[in-house]
Amino acid sequence: MDLLLIFISAAIVNNFVLAYFLGICPFIGVSGKLSSAYSMGMATTFVLTIASMVTWIIYYFLLQPFHLEFLQTVAFILVIASLVQFVEMFIKKVSQPLYRALGIYLPLITTNCAIMGLALFNITREYTFYQGIVFAVGAGGGFTLALVLMAGIREELELADVPKPMRGVPVTLLVAGILALAFSGFAGMI
Amino acid sequence: MKKDVTAAQDFLKGIWQQNPIFVQVLGMCPTLAVTVSAINGIAMGLATTFVLICASLMISLIRHLIPSQVRIASYIVVIAAFVTIVDLVMQAQFLELSKALGPFIPLIVVNCIVLGRAEAFASKNNPFRSMLDAAGMGVGFLLALFVLGSVREILATRSILGFQVLPEGFTPWLVMILPAGAFITLGLLMALVNWNAMRRKKATEVEALKHYRESMASTA
Repeated sequence: MDLLLIFISAAIVNNFVLAYFLGICPFIGVSGKLSSAYSMGMATTFVLTIASMVTWIIYYFLLQPFHLEFLQTVAFILVIASLVQFVEMFIKKVSQPLYRALGIYLPLITTNCAIMGLALFNITREYTFYQGIVFAVGAGGGFTLALVLMAGIREELELADVPKPMRGVPVTLLVAGILALAFSGFAGMI
Repeated sequence: MKKDVTAAQDFLKGIWQQNPIFVQVLGMCPTLAVTVSAINGIAMGLATTFVLICASLMISLIRHLIPSQVRIASYIVVIAAFVTIVDLVMQAQFLELSKALGPFIPLIVVNCIVLGRAEAFASKNNPFRSMLDAAGMGVGFLLALFVLGSVREILATRSILGFQVLPEGFTPWLVMILPAGAFITLGLLMALVNWNAMRRKKATEVEALKHYRESMASTA
């Protein structure tokens, strides 16, 4: 029950993109086409889950026993950067189709603040290892949901007659605002 | 004399011409998240500016020592070190602000503005120019955050930094402190900046055309 609550909270009620503003760059940059939005969401979910496990282990088995908590930011970003590199090489070796689908999005994920934010939330909320994993999957699902919704709307928006100064990022932000408003309707759910 | 002009330009371009938020659209996450009030915007802007200047200076100083294959990783370590300094100082000195900004202080490390300036400017230019460039970008970021934070705070609470601006009869727009308010305000501000840029461009074009016609008329 506890795990389910964490999942729903991360995916819908406290959506990473629309409520916590984590991962806005890919949300605006890669939400032009449905297919790429979906791939980006999947790649991010994958890295989020692995990063959640690895940073948890690093923090509780390495940083805490040696009282090095102040190194958390440096340690996490290094772990995430090398992890992304490692995942990229691994996928390339194991599955070529998957690599072609996710390939170009993987390096972008290093600077996606959703990954780093999730690792920090895991520590500040004192989640256990399994709660961390569920939280990561939920956050990734929420990120994918927001990205795919946005891409669907933007594909339609291509056909609309948007005033010139509003084209591109401004109108995307306005649509994101309306989406965020819709998502805040879930606030009373838990 | 010429050197002064370029130095001034290094600093000034970040504030308006290449403003990191409104023109380059970098570092959106902290921009949207922390601008619930003007003071949060200022704090976040100052923290980011500090990291920007220190990291740019450091990276520019060691730019000849870093092999280009591992440069991004090296930049990230330098940036992370300064972010840790800011994070710890804020926790020690300004606990309230540190709590309000939450995870977004440590998240400066993945702010694309910092890494972007390191890669695009500091890795190619001398320390002095890199510092000016970083300071300009930092001030541009700070101003954008301050404007966004002020608009949201005024409309949501009728006051800014403790001073009441709007009359009692004004009903506060609660939506402005919600995430939706951040997206909508930034979208509209960005459209305003675009509109202004287009209007200016059009004006210069009209001006140029007028000059051209006049010169044609005088020669004829």
